[in-house]
Order: sequence, then structure tokens, then C-alpha cells
Amino acid sequence: MVIINIIVTILLGAGLFFTFVGSIGLLRFPDFYTRLHATGKCDTLGAGLIILGLLIYHFFHYSETPLIPAKLIFLIIFIFIANPTATHALMKAAYQIGIKPWKTGEKRE
Amino acid sequence: MISLFLYNGVLICIAIGLSLYRVIAGPGVFNRTAAANIIGTKTITLLIVMGYYFERPYFFDISLLYAMINFIGTLVFAKYLERGNLWS
Repeated sequence: MVIINIIVTILLGAGLFFTFVGSIGLLRFPDFYTRLHATGKCDTLGAGLIILGLLIYHFFHYSETPLIPAKLIFLIIFIFIANPTATHALMKAAYQIGIKPWKTGEKRE
Repeated sequence: MISLFLYNGVLICIAIGLSLYRVIAGPGVFNRTAAANIIGTKTITLLIVMGYYFERPYFFDISLLYAMINFIGTLVFAKYLERGNLWS
């Protein structure tokens, strides 16, 4: 059981790392496109890793209801499909509106 | 092991606070919508982690519903900003 706890801790820590990298990228990048480039991937992977760690925790600590975390697997699949789709739709809308991408030497927004 | 979930939830709340700056001060409506979408994804993980902290794992029904609402809302907002109307 100790090994399971260590695996769950490592997965939660990796998910938190990617979540924080996405948030710092959202704060510090100079442009709308670069901000979404940072967060659209990091946040998806962070959420997937945290949910995967809690899935393993549920299998070994709530072993009387082993079929409940099928919903967590559905949630991981849904996030991995839906979050890049939403990011792509927002980027395409901004490109159609006519927001120019940032170039080196210009002023940051 | 239970307190690990509490620390994890508090750190996710700090990340939500960092993203909230971009919602308040971001230039233009696109930055605000994108940051709201990111906050929604973080809220999904926060709901599941707090469900395991309170030893009631059935909170992830709420997070499934919240994931669908977040996705549909972002898509509708992107379509409205791109075309100017929704029903044509």
C-alpha cells in the first residue's frame, strides 16, 4: 500500500507542476496566441495526470466499489478531446477577427 | 494521505487565483474568455480532489456536468465572437 501512495503522490505532483506552468505561461507571455499555446496543452496534461492519480487511489482504497471510477476514465477522455477543441475554436475566431500575432521587438500587450 | 489532497486543493486554488488576474486585467475579450476556460478546467480537478478529501468520491458526477457546460460555453462564445450572431 505504501508503493501505491508513493505512485499517487508522484502523479499528483506532476499534475500540479503542469498546472502551475500553464498558469505562469498565461500570466507572462506577451500575446494572445502564445498564451493559449502555453495553457492549452499544459492544463490538459495536468488535469489528466491528477485524475489518473485519483483513479489509482480509488482502485486500492475504495475496493468495495471498483466500477465507480469508470466515470473518471470517461472524464479523462472527454477532457483530452474537448479542451484542445475549445482552444482551437478560440484561436480560429481570433484569427478570423484579425488579431495580429506578436513579433519580436513589438510592445507587449 | 488524506492531508495530501488538502494541500493539492489549496495549490490548485492558488493557480486559479493566478489565472484570475488574466480574467480581470487581460486586454480584450479573447484573453478573458480563454482564461475563464482555463479556470473551468482547474475547477474540474479541484472538485474531484476535494471529493476524495471529504471521503465522498461521488463529487465527480458534478465535475462531469461542469466539464460539459464549460466546453459548450466556450464553443458558443467562440462562434459568437467569430460570426457576430448565433442562429444563421
